[in-house]
Amino acid sequence: MESKTAVREARQTPHNEVHAEVGHHESPTHRDVVFETRALSVYYGDFRAVRDVSMTIYRNHITALIGPSGCGKTTFIRCLNRMNDLIETARIEGEIKYHGVNLYDKKVDAVEVRRRVGMVFQKPNPFPKSIYDNIAFGPKISGFKGDMDELVEQSLQKAALWDEVKDRLKESAMGLSGGQQQRLCIARCVAVSPDVILMDEPCSSLDPIATGRIEDLMQDIKEDYSIVIVTHNMQQAARVSDMTAFFTAEVNEQQDRRTGMLVEYDKTENIFQTPSDERTATYVTGRFG
Amino acid sequence: MVVRPEAVPPSDVVLAHLKGKRTDVKGLLFQTALLLSLLLSLLFLVVLLVDIFLDAMAVFETRSLASFLEGSLSGFPDRAGVSQALYGSAMLMLFVVFVSFPLGVAAAVYLEEYASDTRFNRFITVNIRNLAGVPSIVYGLLGLSLFVGTLSAITGGPSLLAGGMTLAVLVLPIVIITASEALRAVPLSIREAGYGVGATKWEVIRSHVLPSAAPGILTGTILAISRAIGEAAPLLLVGAVGGLLGQAQGGFFSQLQDRFTALPIVIFEWTKEANSEFKALASAGIVVLMVIILISNAAAIILRNRYERKW
Repeated sequence: MESKTAVREARQTPHNEVHAEVGHHESPTHRDVVFETRALSVYYGDFRAVRDVSMTIYRNHITALIGPSGCGKTTFIRCLNRMNDLIETARIEGEIKYHGVNLYDKKVDAVEVRRRVGMVFQKPNPFPKSIYDNIAFGPKISGFKGDMDELVEQSLQKAALWDEVKDRLKESAMGLSGGQQQRLCIARCVAVSPDVILMDEPCSSLDPIATGRIEDLMQDIKEDYSIVIVTHNMQQAARVSDMTAFFTAEVNEQQDRRTGMLVEYDKTENIFQTPSDERTATYVTGRFG
Repeated sequence: MVVRPEAVPPSDVVLAHLKGKRTDVKGLLFQTALLLSLLLSLLFLVVLLVDIFLDAMAVFETRSLASFLEGSLSGFPDRAGVSQALYGSAMLMLFVVFVSFPLGVAAAVYLEEYASDTRFNRFITVNIRNLAGVPSIVYGLLGLSLFVGTLSAITGGPSLLAGGMTLAVLVLPIVIITASEALRAVPLSIREAGYGVGATKWEVIRSHVLPSAAPGILTGTILAISRAIGEAAPLLLVGAVGGLLGQAQGGFFSQLQDRFTALPIVIFEWTKEANSEFKALASAGIVVLMVIILISNAAAIILRNRYERKW
C-alpha cells in the first residue's frame, strides 16, 4: 500500500512542476480556481484509461484539452461533472476538487453537480421535442419559478440562436441544422445557469461557418462561465482558449491498450509557441497525430 | 494478372473488357430456389384463406353478417352467432391491456434502466425470453391450478377473471421483451442530454426515455394482444364454455366471476360438430377473428410508422 502511494507520488512530480510553472504565470487566488485535480486516474473495470492527471482549471477561462485520439481527454472531462457515473464499471482514483469540495465525496449528489457543471456533447443531441421544450426542461426540473418564456429567449440569445428560431419555438428541434442544434444544446446548457460548461469536441460534426459561430459564442459567454473544451482541432484551441492542456497516450504494446496522461499544461500561447516538452512540440507543430 | 497497356486503350476495348461474359448459373439457381420457397409458403396461405372464405360465404348466403355477429351460442346452426364470443374476447383483451401492459412495461423499465448487469439479472432476462417461448398450453395448466384452483375464492373458478389472468400472464413475457427492446433502442445521447442539464434518473426516464420508446412499446403491446386473441388452448384448460352460455348478467365485477367464452373457443367447438353447417359457421368465425387480428396489426404498423423517430 505504502509503496503504491510512493510510486504515484513519484509519477506525479513532473506534473507538479508544470503546476508550479502555471502558478508562476497566473498567480491564481483560491477564488479563481474552479477545479483542481490531484493524481486523477480513471478506470473502466481493470483498464486504466487516464492516469495521474493533476491540473488546475481557472474561473472565467477557456481551458482547452488537446491531444491525439484515445488520450483520455473525453474521459477526463466527463469526470468533471460525474458523467462517467453512468458507466457502471467506471471509477476514479485521486481527487477532483470543485471550489475546494471533493467532487466524489459520498455526500455529493451527482445530479446537483451536473446542474452546476453543464455539458455540450460531441454530436448535437437535442431532445426530440420542440425548441422551446428543449430549453425549458432543465429549468423546469430544477424548480425554476420565474418567467419561462423570458428565460427561453435569454438563453437562445446567449447562444446566438434567437433570431433564427424565434418564429418556430414550438417546432421540433430535430428540424434544425447541425450547427443550430449544437447552439441549441449550448442554450439548453446555459438555461440552467451553470457555473462551468464542459464541451466535448462541440464542433467536430460542424462545418467551418458553424464552428466559427460557436467559437465566437464561447468568447461572448466566457465572462459568465468557465469553459473546458476538448478539441481535436489545434487551431481551435489556439484561437479560443486561455489555457491549454496537452494529453497524450502511452501505448502498452502487450495489452494493446492506451492510457492517457497529461504532458503539459500552460497558457495557450506558451503551449503553442514555447512548449517545454518535446512531445508537445512535436504535436503542436503537426509532426504527430 | 492485369497487364498495363502501353497506350490508353480505346473505350470500345474497355467496354468489351468490362462486359461480363459469364452467366452466373449458381446465383440464378439460388435465386429461383428462394422464389419457389416463397411461392410455396404463399400458396399454402392462399389455399387456406380461399377455403375458409368460400365456407364462410356459404353462411352469409342464407343470413346476414349482423345476425351472425349478434346471435348467441345455440344448438341451431341457423341461429348461432358469435356475440358472446366477441364480448368474451374483448374482455380478455382488457386484461391484457390493464394487467400485462403496466406490469410488463414496469418490469422492462426496471430491467433496462435500473438493474445492474449482474449474473442474477442476466439469468432473469434469459428466462423471460424462455418464458415467451413456452407453449401456451403450459400457461393453461398454470391458470387451471392457480387462478381456477388456488384462487377460486377470488376468481370464482373457471371464470372470465381466471381466463383473463391466464392470458395476461401468457403475454407478459412478450410485452417485457418488446418493451425492453424499445427502451434499449433509445440512444445514449438522449439520456446524456437529460443528465447533462441535471436531471435525476427518474426525470430522464419519464421525460425522455419513455416518450422516445413509447411507439415501440405500444407496437409490442398490440402485437401481444393479437397473440392473446388467437389463443384457444389455455382457455380450454381454464374452462371456457363451448356449448350453451347464458347472457351476461349483473354488474361488471360480478360478470368477471361468470363463465365465459371466446372466439377461438367457439371456432374450436363448431369445428368439432358433425353438422356441416356448424363447420361453415366455424369458417365464418375464423374470418371475424382474422379481421380483428388484421385490424390490430395494422394499428401497430401505423403507430410505428407514425411515431418512429430518427436520430
